[in-house]
Amino acid sequence: MLELFFQYLVAGLTYGTIYAIVGIGFNIIYNTTGIINFAQGEFVMLGGMTAVTLYAFLPLPLAILGAVLITMAVGGLIEMVFIRWLVKPSVLRMIIITIGISILVREAALMLWGEGIRSLPYFTGNEISSLSFGGVRVSPQVLWSLGVCAIVVVLLNLFFKFTMLGREMRACAANRDAATLCGIPTRNMVTLSFVLSAGIGALAGCVVSPITQTQYAIGSGLAIKGFTVAILGGLGNSMAAVAAGFILGILESFSIWVMPTAYKDAISISLLLAMLFLRPSGLFGNREAFKLKDF
Amino acid sequence: MRTGRRLHIIILLAAVVAVQLLTLAAGKGFYLTQLTMTAYYSLIIVGLCLLMGYAGQISLGHAGFLAIGGYTSAVLTTMDLSAYKGSALAVALMKLSLLTGRQNLYGGQMLSLHPWAACVVAVLLTVIIAYAIGVPVLKLKGHYLAMATLGFGTIIYSVVLGTQKFGAADGISSVPAFPLLPGLTVSGAPGLRIQNYYIAWGLVACGMLLLLNLIDSRVGRALRSIHGAEDAANAMGVDTSAYKLSTFVLSAAFAAVAGVFLTHFNGGIGPSEASIMKSVRYVAIVAVGGMASLWGTLIMSAVLNFLSLRGYFGSFDDAVFGAILIFIMLFSPEGILQFDVKTMVKKLRVKRGGT
Repeated sequence: MLELFFQYLVAGLTYGTIYAIVGIGFNIIYNTTGIINFAQGEFVMLGGMTAVTLYAFLPLPLAILGAVLITMAVGGLIEMVFIRWLVKPSVLRMIIITIGISILVREAALMLWGEGIRSLPYFTGNEISSLSFGGVRVSPQVLWSLGVCAIVVVLLNLFFKFTMLGREMRACAANRDAATLCGIPTRNMVTLSFVLSAGIGALAGCVVSPITQTQYAIGSGLAIKGFTVAILGGLGNSMAAVAAGFILGILESFSIWVMPTAYKDAISISLLLAMLFLRPSGLFGNREAFKLKDF
Repeated sequence: MRTGRRLHIIILLAAVVAVQLLTLAAGKGFYLTQLTMTAYYSLIIVGLCLLMGYAGQISLGHAGFLAIGGYTSAVLTTMDLSAYKGSALAVALMKLSLLTGRQNLYGGQMLSLHPWAACVVAVLLTVIIAYAIGVPVLKLKGHYLAMATLGFGTIIYSVVLGTQKFGAADGISSVPAFPLLPGLTVSGAPGLRIQNYYIAWGLVACGMLLLLNLIDSRVGRALRSIHGAEDAANAMGVDTSAYKLSTFVLSAAFAAVAGVFLTHFNGGIGPSEASIMKSVRYVAIVAVGGMASLWGTLIMSAVLNFLSLRGYFGSFDDAVFGAILIFIMLFSPEGILQFDVKTMVKKLRVKRGGT
């Protein structure tokens, strides 16, 4: 019984990492632009799909690197083509545009790769290899995804705290007009935020691909989960999104215990709705500060 | 204003008759099937137009309301109640002639709720759900509102997809025809094609008349003030939350009616009617129509839905609507009918000169 408990816990953590990373992606773009990018999940899908394709003729690490770079380019391109030149677009307009982008990316992926489900091979070992921790069996890929998530979070923190570019992006998040007055090229920062969050999404897509598998349609589901996580942690707070990601992943994985699997998605969405209604500032957010934010 | 409104409705009816005669003359009577479905989709879309364009509230879950209406009606009219024949409730319903007997697939007698009763229950249920959802959801704004309605739509989709009672992935089929009045039946039977075409578009005309009257009234002005500046409207004494809620519920009721009729016309309903892509498509059409333009929305809905249902977009169906969304929002947020190439070119020129 206890063993089963830990198995569910591990499964929850695995899904938690991907939700956390999608949530962080949301936050990065939201912080610099005030936009919720509904196409965020598509980056994860693109990363996974591109890596699988590249893996046909490249070694695994290079395939993943290539996939991340290509997805970053796509992210930057999307921003430059669709968003960069809009002058103070309304929130409604931005929501609709990013939804449109997500549909186009998804349909393009369908044309390119078809409906087939693909996956990368396990980074180390294979489907049946596992490490044992006091009776609990853990696939090495789970450790890979946890490790990559941790590295991404640490690097992001260092980037935002200690590099000039990271500081400029934070300035842009704090007050865009003031940042412009200080000579920060805010438009480039927005593009950069898309590139960055596309890259992170793609990396997550590659790491979890062996476990969760990749298909052209996984993006929108992930986007909702990622958004739930971003809200749960408090919009704009990337560290809290990690914690929230694990909470959601674990909740979902334990829900299978008591409910049919078909309703698994309904759990996270009910949680999202409950959060939106009861505490839109998030579990770790500040209510007073939230009131001052503009949506 | 009033005469203009009447004139527009008359033009709509004239166009409806003209299209029917055209299909007759061209020998393409089978087009009427898609045109009828187009009418029902248009009904939900003009309802959404009121919510999005006039009250300024986005809903990415409207297909959910259509599904609630359609599925409720489908379940109630296909459920066999013969086992409860003797119960007091059944007898009472029978006395009110709300139960109808018919033969099932295997020739056995079955007893089920009359489509009228099912229709009323379906619309009421949708209204109640819309009300319950609307109270908390409409307190949200912007991204949060969009996500909450998207979440609602997703829940409905996963519930109909995951529940055996609703036929899971197959949906519910062999839904009986809907005898509206003696001589008027909503059904997909080829012999009733012309009749159904007029029923559907008649319903759209009624809906349009209702909405047009509404937006020209005190309510309509209040809604537009909410869209313009909600805080200002509040300060002026407009009960913004009550107006938003009743608009939301009204547009959900439009969706439910559309769902009920569509289900009886198609003889069934499947989970794809509840999918998020359907909701997004409705939003796309309202956007193309110009948000705050009922007529623009109706025209675009008629054109796009018909093309899509006839399969002109092929496997690019969803992509077309995605592209439309982006194109409209980038270049012409006032709708395609307001699209002006000259100002667009001018804008681009100014931009290039400026930077």
